[in-house]
Amino acid sequence: MSKSKGLTFKGGIHPTKDGKSLSSSAAIQDAPLLEEYQLIIQQNIGAPPKLVVAKGDEVKKGQLIAEAGGFVSVPLHSPTSGKITKIDNIPGPMGVPVQAVFIAADGEDQWGELMSPMDWKTAEPQAIKDRIRDAGVVGMGGAAFPTHVKLSPPPEKKLNCLILNGAECEPYLTADHRLMIEFPEKVLEGAAILGRAVGVTDIYIGVEVNKMDAIDTLLAKADKYGIKIVGLQVKYPQGAEKHLISAITKREVPTGGLPMDIGCVVQNVGSAAAVTDAVVEGKALIERITTVTGVPIKNPSNWRLKLGTPVLEAIKFAGGVVCEPAKIILGGPMMGFAQKSLQVTITKNSSGILLMKKDEITQYQSVACIRCGKCVDACPMNLQPGSLSAAIESEKFDLASKNNVMDCVECGSCAYVCPSHRPLVQHFRRSKAEIRKLTRK
Amino acid sequence: MTEETKQEVPAEVVAEAKPKAEMLLPKGNELVLSSSPHIHADEDVQKIMIKVIIALMPAVFAGMLLFGNAAILVILYCIAFSVAAEMIWCKIAGKPLDTVKDFSAVLTGLLLAMNLSAGVPWWLCLIGAFLAIWLGKQVFGGLGHNPFNPALVARVALLIALPKYMTSWIPTRFMNGDVTSYAQKFFTPEAWSNVLSGQLDGVTCATPLGVLSTTEKVLQNGQGVFDNIDNLPAYWQYFLGNMSGCLGETSAVALLLGGIILILFKLIKWQVPVFYVGTVAIFTTVINYFFPGVTPPALFHVLTGGLLLGAVFMATDMVTSPMTKKGAVIFGMGCGIITCVIRIWGNYPEGVSFAILFMNSLVPLIDRFATKKPFGYNVRDDKKGAKA
Repeated sequence: MSKSKGLTFKGGIHPTKDGKSLSSSAAIQDAPLLEEYQLIIQQNIGAPPKLVVAKGDEVKKGQLIAEAGGFVSVPLHSPTSGKITKIDNIPGPMGVPVQAVFIAADGEDQWGELMSPMDWKTAEPQAIKDRIRDAGVVGMGGAAFPTHVKLSPPPEKKLNCLILNGAECEPYLTADHRLMIEFPEKVLEGAAILGRAVGVTDIYIGVEVNKMDAIDTLLAKADKYGIKIVGLQVKYPQGAEKHLISAITKREVPTGGLPMDIGCVVQNVGSAAAVTDAVVEGKALIERITTVTGVPIKNPSNWRLKLGTPVLEAIKFAGGVVCEPAKIILGGPMMGFAQKSLQVTITKNSSGILLMKKDEITQYQSVACIRCGKCVDACPMNLQPGSLSAAIESEKFDLASKNNVMDCVECGSCAYVCPSHRPLVQHFRRSKAEIRKLTRK
Repeated sequence: MTEETKQEVPAEVVAEAKPKAEMLLPKGNELVLSSSPHIHADEDVQKIMIKVIIALMPAVFAGMLLFGNAAILVILYCIAFSVAAEMIWCKIAGKPLDTVKDFSAVLTGLLLAMNLSAGVPWWLCLIGAFLAIWLGKQVFGGLGHNPFNPALVARVALLIALPKYMTSWIPTRFMNGDVTSYAQKFFTPEAWSNVLSGQLDGVTCATPLGVLSTTEKVLQNGQGVFDNIDNLPAYWQYFLGNMSGCLGETSAVALLLGGIILILFKLIKWQVPVFYVGTVAIFTTVINYFFPGVTPPALFHVLTGGLLLGAVFMATDMVTSPMTKKGAVIFGMGCGIITCVIRIWGNYPEGVSFAILFMNSLVPLIDRFATKKPFGYNVRDDKKGAKA
């Protein structure tokens, strides 16, 4: 691998404040047990899981709370042992109320019956995929797409390359970074298990070269598993699935297609670690590593949080705040979601909790496009964001569609560089929704 | 790195001052909700305009040095009238005066001044400023919507409407010959009064391109026709800017410095000036090689007239030039060809303004075709990849 600069794609941006130094040296800590967890039922993309418990039931840690609601769905498990006190709506991470199971912890935090550990080196690939599904593993980088679905391409599509995403290109987030430093074996073994599940031996882990310590740690142990560690250029959105594939394999995912169309499958390093837990130890996915960071946080740090932990409690774990936060974001600053309530709880894809001060979140007034072309250079999809947004502003969705707005990955690079502060990503989201509505009719 | 350390320090300082951390957590209603991305580059329109103005400074100082007080007055008039024009329009149109703060009117005024002779009267600056801001920009909807470079719209309108004023040039302070007047004196009281009373009308001289267009018609054939304008000492003078012309266009060295600043600040696509000047150089070299009596060599064309000002500052205007690099190459080459055609065979001695305005009108078309192939449309590569 080239250590100096690393592989990359065309386009992208270099955010000046990457904020990673706030929490990158803070070791992962186990969160203290809370009295109550509010477990959001739908934590995956696809069909919502079906509840199998009711109010008043006693549950053990890791016990099934909801079963998969279809093929593109995963089951959900209890984060701790205790009693289900109610099932009610709580504020959701996307701004709309969602149904959640309230679990009053009994303080024992006792595992129920674990799934039987598997010897993955000899296990059938299908058995591994089933186990990954039964453990409720989803893409933990942000999308929350069920992992087993990605591992099950239709028979005509042959996979020949597995890539683990350790780029962590979002500013401020360090959860994957710490995971790779502190639990390299889990990540590497997870990669090997995933490779076995899809019958691929060509396995890469892509890491941005601003995490040399993680690269060195992984490199020292990678040979045993036959996994290649690839240094990637520090650039946003280096960890976007299509661009990660492009950087490492030089293959281009066709428009409207999936990585499997070009023989690739990409998984987040966090998901790989969860796969190791599920297969080797038989543990379901009930907790994840989340970065709690931002200038207002007293001790920016990385925590192993149980699913269902309210954001407010996570902030308290990190010492609370030292100045009033004006914005609270679930995820990273480029693609994360601003939250209205601190009662929102951690889900399988909550990679970070980012707090921002008032003077950090200047709300810009957008002015007319001055056609500087910065967005054109920044767009990793080679689109023309400026012209597209002009078309969308005058509601010419057919023109936007013709100019490939549907290929937009909403990474926000264009909006980041725009000197006119135009709400480009909002325009594209709106346009995509309108076009989908039209094509459905 | 400095940005990061800046963030860390205050957090730690405040942490010790306020241990009761949770008290500060908002209840929820005051939290700002907005769509991603939540961070933004430290860049806005005003900063871009100011940076372009900074890049213009070498040429502005060169103009002041070469043409003295007259240049300073023209610059001040143009800027003041442009800002006034912008404010009056905003008032009439009922728009907030915020747009004045973005410095685009200042820049337009400055660029207009660069495109005028230092000898023009104040009322010409006034007309030019209103033409630039109103006709060049605001009638189309303001900054960002104008298809043509506002300063060039004004220059060409003035050239057609008031050719006498737009084609009489004053000599620089360093020119030898019969220039004994106020223009040679710099910052003297007499010079100011002469400039203010408009006495500059009396002293005129020709630009090298003007000399060229008359020489050409007198001496149709033969070599050595361009001796008086095409020789090494002359080139050195052209390079420094010691020739008559618009107050901002004469000094090649200052304009090149400005171009370097623009490219370093990432304010222009380098393809525009490089392909513009390059096309002119190649085109005139070819013509000069095969028909030496028709036009002087490339170096003359590059250093004289408004080519460098046009290529570095006028053609590169963000609003009126293509958005992609590929488009910038086409745009620059188009400007170059039209400039040469007008200079060599046209009726006007100079063709830069017309060339840029013409290419401005083609920008929407260029933008439509000179696009990058979107990610995921490279079908051949896909198949290769799948096999590998």
